Amino acid sequence: MQPTHASRRILLPVRNWFIVLTLFLALVLNLVPFGRFPGIPDWVALVLAFWCVHQPLKVGMAAGFVLGLAMDVAGASVMGQHALAYVLLAFAAAGWSRRVLWFPLSQQALHVLPMLLGMQVVMLVTRMVSGGEFPGVLWFLSSFTATLLWHPLTYLLLMPQFRPEDKDVHRPI
Amino acid sequence: MSVAGHAPPPFFKRGPAPLVRLAFFVSLSLFLLIADLRFHTLEWARLVVATVAWPLQRITWLPIDAAGDAGTYLSRQATLLRENEELRRRQLGTANLLLRQQHLEQENKRLRALLDMRARLPVEGRIAEILYAARDPFSRRVIIDKGSQHGIAAGQAVVDDIGIIGQVARVFPLTAEVLLLTDKDQAIPVEVQRNGLRAVLAGAGEGMMELRFLAANAEIQVGDVLVTSGLDGVYLPGLPVARVVKVDRDSSHSFARITCVPLAGVERHGLALVLGSRTELPAQPDDAPATAEQPTRGKRVKKKVR
Repeated sequence: MQPTHASRRILLPVRNWFIVLTLFLALVLNLVPFGRFPGIPDWVALVLAFWCVHQPLKVGMAAGFVLGLAMDVAGASVMGQHALAYVLLAFAAAGWSRRVLWFPLSQQALHVLPMLLGMQVVMLVTRMVSGGEFPGVLWFLSSFTATLLWHPLTYLLLMPQFRPEDKDVHRPI
Repeated sequence: MSVAGHAPPPFFKRGPAPLVRLAFFVSLSLFLLIADLRFHTLEWARLVVATVAWPLQRITWLPIDAAGDAGTYLSRQATLLRENEELRRRQLGTANLLLRQQHLEQENKRLRALLDMRARLPVEGRIAEILYAARDPFSRRVIIDKGSQHGIAAGQAVVDDIGIIGQVARVFPLTAEVLLLTDKDQAIPVEVQRNGLRAVLAGAGEGMMELRFLAANAEIQVGDVLVTSGLDGVYLPGLPVARVVKVDRDSSHSFARITCVPLAGVERHGLALVLGSRTELPAQPDDAPATAEQPTRGKRVKKKVR
């Protein structure tokens, strides 16, 4: 059964250290030097969007800002570029979370795609204004790969919150 | 509405409204962006964060390193033999030049001493390995494995065995960022090897470069090799930079559009040589009287009527 609001599955409360750990691992994955190879998803943006959708009270724009600064330093880009994009992404994801979680996972991914694309457009605009080089259309491919990963990622990140489905006839839920 | 003396229970407290928080963080980010792009004042913060994150970053290279090692391990012996033979042939080919180079350097030194010129210090180089291309897709940068601990300083030229590939832009303790020639922000003063015509070569993105501000009738043709002119005091004169591949003399523009490709393996990765800083050039001649007569910006230029 899918972990959405429409399903009857009830999840355990999330652990804070697990959120921190996943965001940290996403940052580490982003540091792996793939260079200019197209289609590598922005792991931090994806995991940040995930937690903003699922836990908008715990993860929000402050986390996006801090992670963005870390990415700016690690990626040799301009300070504030990722921070601005992640803050806007976190705002959009947290604002849409009540709507998104009612949909099945494939349609959730369709909601996440414009958020990630919008984040890339924000980065593009900030850098093109300051005289950067257009990175080519293939650069936007990373949002689409990230969208494809939304389905497996949801199961992976919600796994610690699942509890065994034991059917109890005396308790309706 | 809350009754006086009864605060709402703490689980309703969610801090400022989302829009307020958004405005706060966006303005903070914009402040950082402007501070970094306009005033370049955040290099110290970058240095601190990069130094702290260094061990983590080193760990993340491991999978890529391992993949590279596996590739080398599997490369066939025949390839190695062929490469070895090719290298030996090239070494023999250049031995003649190398031997004469020493002789010429000695002779040059004597002649310079004779002319009582300031002896040029020999420029020392430092071999560095290009680790990877930086993630930022809007600029062309690579990371090399030598940093300020190895004597690398910002502004030094980076060359490979054919020509210039770029310039050190930022230095961290154990790594450095090299801004490649093909980056849009990078400009290098060059001259045409054939006739000594001087110009400025700037990156145009996508692995190409552009020779700027040359008149439409400038004497330049496809195939011309551009070398550094050394006027900037950063690059040594005479290092090969690029080859002209397309000259577009459109008479509707006052400048010719000249496209060049870099000679060195700018977008390829491997070993590179970081040249030491050049000795300082003599100070610019004092041109204060000349500027005094020039009108300041914003004023209209009036022709003197005699």
